Amino acid sequence: MTAQQDLDRIFREPPARPSRVPEAPPPPAREVVELTIDGTPVTVPAGSTILEAARGLGIDTPTLCYGETLTPVNVCRVCVVEVAGARVLAPACSRKVEPGMDVRTDSERVRLARRMVLELLGSSVEVDLAGPALPDGSIAGYLERYDADPTRFGPPAAAAAAGDRDARQPGHHHAPAGDAPAAATVDQPVKVDNDLYVRDYSRCILCYKCVEACGTDAQNTFAIAVAGRGFDARISTEFAVPLPESACVYCGNCIQVCPTGALMFRSEHELREAGAWDEPSQTVTDTICPYCGVGCTLSLHVQDERIVKVMSPLDSGVTHGNLCVKGRFGTEFVQLLPKGTRLPGDPPAA
Amino acid sequence: MDLHVVGPAATPDERAAVDAVLDPEIGVASGWTGGERSPGDGHVAYGGHGARSRRDLLLPALEALQGSAGWVSRGGLNHVSRRLSVPPAEVYGVASFYALLPTTPRPPTVIHACDDLACRLAGAEALCAGLEAALGPAGDADDGADTTWLRSPCLGQCERAPAALVTIAGSAPRARAVAPATHTTLLDAAATPGDSPDPDPERVATLVPQTGDPGLRLLARCGSVDPTSLDAYRASGGYEALARARAMGPGAVIDEVTASGLVGRGGAAFPTGRKWAAVAAQPATPHCLVCNADESEPGTFKDRALLEEDPFAIIEAMTIAGFATGAELGYCYLRGEYPLARARLENAIAQARAAGLLGGDAGFDIELRIGAGAYIAGEETALFESIEGGRPEPRNKPPFPVEFGLFGKPTTVNNVETLANVPLLLRLGADAYRAIGTGGASTGPKLFCVSGDVARPGVYETPFGATLGDVLALAGGVRDDRPLQAVLLGGAAGVFVGPDAVGLPLTFEATRAAGATVGSGVVLVYDDTADLPDALHRIAAFFRDESCGQCVPCRVGTVRQEELLARLAAGRPLGSLDQELALFADLAQGMRDASICGLGQTASSAIESALRAGLVRFAEPAEPAGATA
Repeated sequence: MTAQQDLDRIFREPPARPSRVPEAPPPPAREVVELTIDGTPVTVPAGSTILEAARGLGIDTPTLCYGETLTPVNVCRVCVVEVAGARVLAPACSRKVEPGMDVRTDSERVRLARRMVLELLGSSVEVDLAGPALPDGSIAGYLERYDADPTRFGPPAAAAAAGDRDARQPGHHHAPAGDAPAAATVDQPVKVDNDLYVRDYSRCILCYKCVEACGTDAQNTFAIAVAGRGFDARISTEFAVPLPESACVYCGNCIQVCPTGALMFRSEHELREAGAWDEPSQTVTDTICPYCGVGCTLSLHVQDERIVKVMSPLDSGVTHGNLCVKGRFGTEFVQLLPKGTRLPGDPPAA
Repeated sequence: MDLHVVGPAATPDERAAVDAVLDPEIGVASGWTGGERSPGDGHVAYGGHGARSRRDLLLPALEALQGSAGWVSRGGLNHVSRRLSVPPAEVYGVASFYALLPTTPRPPTVIHACDDLACRLAGAEALCAGLEAALGPAGDADDGADTTWLRSPCLGQCERAPAALVTIAGSAPRARAVAPATHTTLLDAAATPGDSPDPDPERVATLVPQTGDPGLRLLARCGSVDPTSLDAYRASGGYEALARARAMGPGAVIDEVTASGLVGRGGAAFPTGRKWAAVAAQPATPHCLVCNADESEPGTFKDRALLEEDPFAIIEAMTIAGFATGAELGYCYLRGEYPLARARLENAIAQARAAGLLGGDAGFDIELRIGAGAYIAGEETALFESIEGGRPEPRNKPPFPVEFGLFGKPTTVNNVETLANVPLLLRLGADAYRAIGTGGASTGPKLFCVSGDVARPGVYETPFGATLGDVLALAGGVRDDRPLQAVLLGGAAGVFVGPDAVGLPLTFEATRAAGATVGSGVVLVYDDTADLPDALHRIAAFFRDESCGQCVPCRVGTVRQEELLARLAAGRPLGSLDQELALFADLAQGMRDASICGLGQTASSAIESALRAGLVRFAEPAEPAGATA
């Protein structure tokens, strides 16, 4: 055969059909891990966390800093569990299951540790709004379950003046004042430095979620980071500059993940200040963002015919809870239409 | 990365100081400006990618900024941010973690006066009062003043308490430890600084009182061999161990270290051979090596003695460790408060490089990194974060450093004293080394940092097995032959024992059985006149100041612990005394069980031990509970 014939054969003659329809290779066997949680044997996929395994069993494990869409930082320590043979307790949200692990989620040590975490937080931070944002129960319920009494550490100290906590330098000792010191808190004035959202760090439990959402877990803007150290650690822009002077792009993805109400729409903040925030009367309507073609799901929180807050479902396949400034804050035009304006599709006027 | 950097620009001095650190490492390119411009229109700048992967230069750059201006200004921070492509908020987060990197203006000269445990026993409060009279309240400075003073946690100069560190910012930043200090010698030192740390000739004899004792092994060269000369080190047997290690091969070296029974001397007592073997066996490369010289445990100064008086031994030991575990680069992370140790190490590394013992064909090099005032950076995973340019917040373990350490690579991290044992055991052979000490985990010689109310404070070496009484006797006993009230073993994270413990052998096994600890080798002595409640309060304040603030139990728990002690000391408990003690027990248990790292886990250990042993008894309130409003 000549070279030309070779080429003809390759290009013109179809290859012989296979004798059977090709099949996809079998999926690799899923590795599983067997362990025991509270005496119940359980089998879960390798790489699961103890939290996932426990939730699979229906065991309610409290979490604060854990977020389904974020990298676990395991700093709040309210999800700790006892692993047999370990010297200290392990954070369920990030510890991976291991074969033969014997986990206790309700032992005396676990109950005491969770109680102390809740008492320490409750005595230093305003946690009363932490409830509704938690996916799996309210903090009040957890306080009750673990018999936590945040008042055990004495009366709360007076609030810090605006900017005082931002100016604290590491290693400088802020000694308890007087003979019978009150319990130090992070209480301080709300930071209101823009029209869109406020930062009430009296409510901040330092869960790092907003930093993660602003950083590599969602937005990649890096406007905020944890600054300072110890009890003076705080979420801050560089040199605590106001948000309009920072890198903030007002996507509001930090508000979305904040579990305690420390980050809040300005509209919600003002209604709460006026005592007019009425959550039971609100409706939540899911719609699609009208701006670009991505098609983000918006959940409009409406009170008295006004949009007071815009969130996005964490389980939305498009957004994973993340929006941009337009979807999050750009709905005001809806309210600017002259009263009585009729839109296409509106029911006929009565 | 799209950086958003606004605000003032750096001053020329600040730029020069930062660039002097960065240019040799990453060239003049930066992730911000890129490299060379396209020749035609100058629109395109290629390059600058190197800068973006060098976040580990962040801490050195910030230190250069502080050294030049005395503080980290917004303009200077912006410059660092641009050059390394790190967002300014993150740079601020890192700078504001370190006590030696102020982010508010500070005069160029700062006197850091130690008011920690050992210095308190030697009149630190009087020293601070003198400074306050001369310079005003700590941290306050009038506009234009060139000197201020601050209180500092332990500076590791406990044998010459009370101590202070004088730092002077400027075109040639200087730092100098002054001890024993009075407020007048400090003001003199601030006004007329020496060019370099100027060790006084009596210093070594005070630091290592056993100088010249032929029985010394770890401290043998201290005071008798010139620590600035490689030739003197070699003439005294230096680098014999490395030659032996090279002849044996890496596997045999690890076997020898394992057989010697050497365990870590930093406090955790982990078997060194097992750690090395685990790293050597890791398939991921490159392997990393870190020498933890961030000695910050209050009352600890043994590593300083080794670093100042025998720096080549640490370099040789690191070279052996790198050879055995397959690491080509070792980091030595030294605490920022040790200027003399820094000068000696820099000199030793330079001489070793010049002699071909480091860098180039030697197959191993050492990079010196300087801390900036953070106790927690001595925790091994926090130390990695610090080197990598992050906030030194400890990581959750597992994964352990042998698998996921510095830069995510398998990492050996050893304490200075642990490393100092390696050349020794290779020269002696594992069997002879094991014969020193009492066997088990307690083989070889051990250094103890004796300070407080003793006749001759200092670093003492004994074979494992010496009792607390033996160590006290070495140091001349309690000062002025006063009765012993208590001894703090292992530092602020350690345990108080009473006079009944003088017969306790200071081995890992015996101390553990007695509920005490060897820890970092601290033996801090309190005579009958000492104010123990004051010491407990200082320990509580220490942990409050040094907690990184990452996890709730430690961040808030250390604050509540200090408040509780203040109430008890004032005789004004909430409710009854028993109620307070029960609250303390819960607090201690919660911190021990739920904290991420050893700081929170041991923050109440010393206080708990003093209460348990009855060394400190708080009084019931004078008036019935509830009577005070």
